[in-house]
Amino acid sequence: MAEILLETNKIIKDFPGVRALDEISFKVRENEIHALCGENGAGKSTLIKVLSGVYPTGSYEGEIILNGEKKEFANIHEAEKNGIAVIHQELTLFEELNVAENIFMGNEISHKGYMDWNEMFSQTRNWLKKLKLEGVKPSTKVGELGVGKQQLIEIAKALNKNSNLLILDEPTASLTDSEVELLIDILRDLRDEGVTCIYISHKLKEVFEIADYISVLRDGQYIGGDEKSNLSEREVVNMMVGRSIEQMFPNKSKKAGKEILRVENLNLDNNEGQQILENINFELHEGEILGIFGLIGAGRTEVANTLFGYLPGSKQGKIYLEGNEVDIRSPKEALEKGIALISEDRKRFGIIPPMSVKENISISFLEKFKNLFVIDENEEIVRTSEMVDKLRVKTASLNTKIVNLSGGNQQKVILAKNLLETPEVLIMDEPTRGIDVGAKQEIYELMNSFAENDMGIIMISSELPEVLGMSDRILVMHEGEITKEFDNRKKDISQEEIMVYATGGEMNG
Amino acid sequence: MAEKSKLKIDFRTYMMIVALVSIWIIFSFTTGGSFLSARNISNLFRQSVFTSVLAIGMVLVIIMGHIDLSVGSLVGLAGGVIAILDVWQGMNPVFSIGLTLLLGLILGLWNGWWVAYQKVPSFIVTLGGLLIFRGVLVGITRGTTIGPMSDIFYYLGKGYLADTTGVIFAVLAGLAVIFVQWKSRQDKLKYDFDVLPLKLEIAKISLSVILLVVFILVLNSYRGIPVPLMILTIFLAIFSFITSKTVFGRHIYAIGGNADAAKLSGIDLKKITLVVFMINGLMASIGGILLTSRLNAASVAAGDGAELDAIAACVIGGASLAGGIGKVGGAVVGAIVMASLDNGMSLMNVQNFWQSIIKGLILILAVWVDMYTKNKNAAA
Repeated sequence: MAEILLETNKIIKDFPGVRALDEISFKVRENEIHALCGENGAGKSTLIKVLSGVYPTGSYEGEIILNGEKKEFANIHEAEKNGIAVIHQELTLFEELNVAENIFMGNEISHKGYMDWNEMFSQTRNWLKKLKLEGVKPSTKVGELGVGKQQLIEIAKALNKNSNLLILDEPTASLTDSEVELLIDILRDLRDEGVTCIYISHKLKEVFEIADYISVLRDGQYIGGDEKSNLSEREVVNMMVGRSIEQMFPNKSKKAGKEILRVENLNLDNNEGQQILENINFELHEGEILGIFGLIGAGRTEVANTLFGYLPGSKQGKIYLEGNEVDIRSPKEALEKGIALISEDRKRFGIIPPMSVKENISISFLEKFKNLFVIDENEEIVRTSEMVDKLRVKTASLNTKIVNLSGGNQQKVILAKNLLETPEVLIMDEPTRGIDVGAKQEIYELMNSFAENDMGIIMISSELPEVLGMSDRILVMHEGEITKEFDNRKKDISQEEIMVYATGGEMNG
Repeated sequence: MAEKSKLKIDFRTYMMIVALVSIWIIFSFTTGGSFLSARNISNLFRQSVFTSVLAIGMVLVIIMGHIDLSVGSLVGLAGGVIAILDVWQGMNPVFSIGLTLLLGLILGLWNGWWVAYQKVPSFIVTLGGLLIFRGVLVGITRGTTIGPMSDIFYYLGKGYLADTTGVIFAVLAGLAVIFVQWKSRQDKLKYDFDVLPLKLEIAKISLSVILLVVFILVLNSYRGIPVPLMILTIFLAIFSFITSKTVFGRHIYAIGGNADAAKLSGIDLKKITLVVFMINGLMASIGGILLTSRLNAASVAAGDGAELDAIAACVIGGASLAGGIGKVGGAVVGAIVMASLDNGMSLMNVQNFWQSIIKGLILILAVWVDMYTKNKNAAA
């Protein structure tokens, strides 16, 4: 048995209103690839941030023990000095600088203030050879490399700081299959040379290919872990979801009516020519809540944005609204045709910070209460305050700036804005992200009441209980494709079934 | 949920008026009262017109979250073109003014097209415009000063409305104020919203009318309302109305507040961006006509650096360069603050270099005070 390299002892991390990590204790042995699995929001990223000093000592409870010594990291640099390096999902390279400059960023070799580029280039060449990056020169601009190669440069940068514990956060999220293979090969080589890895992923196929040991987190708790050889994919999935649907989802009485939206053979390439969506087919009925589940990068948001006319790239396929083919090229056209979208990123795409609650609600449909060019301000007050009452937005007044509201109430304002003119199709991308439980439940109740008024709702979510509790039908997406459609009217689908299709695995047991 | 209607005082606007009045009081002491003479008040407002006109256009661009550095050169070019048409070509002033305004719109379109449709940052596009327009001006005027202008331009730049005309305008404006306020009150009552008590409402309206009358009487006791001031007042009214009451105006604020969210709200970003730059081009060409009229000639250096005065006026007037915040009225008050500083310090015989230093300090101070009070409000 190898030595224990890293151990955590009852780590607790609280955010306002949420316990993100709940007494996490786990061990990583030397020279192993230790996979950390869990759904979105299970606490994986928070745990890494604790381990790597992003959350400094004192902002959490519990202990980190490295090589048998208790460690307290006040910042990222202290963690790096102790050999812990994190490769984030979002790469942190300087695209305009070359490979050598990137690898030695913040760690330059210099003599009396003069950079020793010869030495740095020669060491860079060694790293490139080690990471099988033939054809890449130390002087190559990082921006010219593909994402896969950039990832390896990032690894070289980490190893160059003498790191012996690499933490990789969803490293394959944006890699092609062959790039994934290459990465896995290299991580194995590194392991044989004495580097330990914590590998975070929810792609189980990959995890089972690469990991020596698998640990599972759920809702901020350490659920369990074992040697890979003692586990099956099925068991890991069970550990990842493992909870029953809470009783927070109200029942909806309305049955689905006639078809209002149909998507046929939708394909989407992004501006770099990469295929994002492949052959998407589905339909939506009046009064129906259609859930779309998928892990990050599965293409859910892209489906929503394409329907709403808001996505750069080239799209093929047909979209029918009430039986008529439509070509929606802008959000303006989408809104005019009765499609509304509530974006997953409220800060970036939802609220207009300097504006009041009233102005945020009315902005999409100002045309509806104008005389000639002039806004009928009285009508505006009447209509917006109706919505504020209806959705029970808690605000001091209509003139309060939206930024002074809580997250849940901001979300309700965004809802109000989209419902000011009742849409036929309401697309909600992560409708309850970042809001508290009480507000969540209110949003669920509102969704049901919209459906009962014949609205068709597409709910995109990465929270399984929400998808299972609310949807009449569920589409599961994986890597740009719909891998399965479930009929969920009886609410009898299990989380495990869905997770299997979302991770790209097959039912085998 | 009815909106409570109280006597709302917009703190920022209020602060600025207070600042302006304090500046006036200080100068009236330091200049032994000559600052507040009818003649000087008249001059002061006439001097502020040029920057005010530019600031009206600029504040729209700034609210939208962009910047326009080409304004000064555009002023020069428009001034040059109108002088060429008038002096060299002997064109009818109505046509030459029309063509110059059209030129302003087209050059604004040029700026706007690059910004809206080609996504080149407005700073770069208009920095390019600054060089291009000035270059064209030097080219077409062959570097000479062109003048003198026809008589009508003297009237536009330096003329005064006859006392009776002034009084007629004052009466019309007063009636307009009373009508608008009264109509708004009646509309609110129709909707069953709370309104101010009748007495307070009447007091409020009377106060605005009295201020208006006093102002006109002061101006008339010198030579009457300066024509450029009249022109400015008309544009101030038009653009205050557009920004605060129209859909187009609200869309400008939304784009500046959060362009991505505005787009997802169905706002046509490109079209509005284009139109706002065109409006700014139009205002700059009006500025050019007024400047050439006042100087009675066009020169290659005309309007040099005017964009910076306009930006400073907007910022002193409470606009945020981050976008989404600002008012047309604020920008004009900002321009009057700057003109007051120029005027007051000149009366005191303060040397030019000191004037520049003091104006610079006041600009920084104004923004700092604004940020400080905003932070305090946010914390409360």
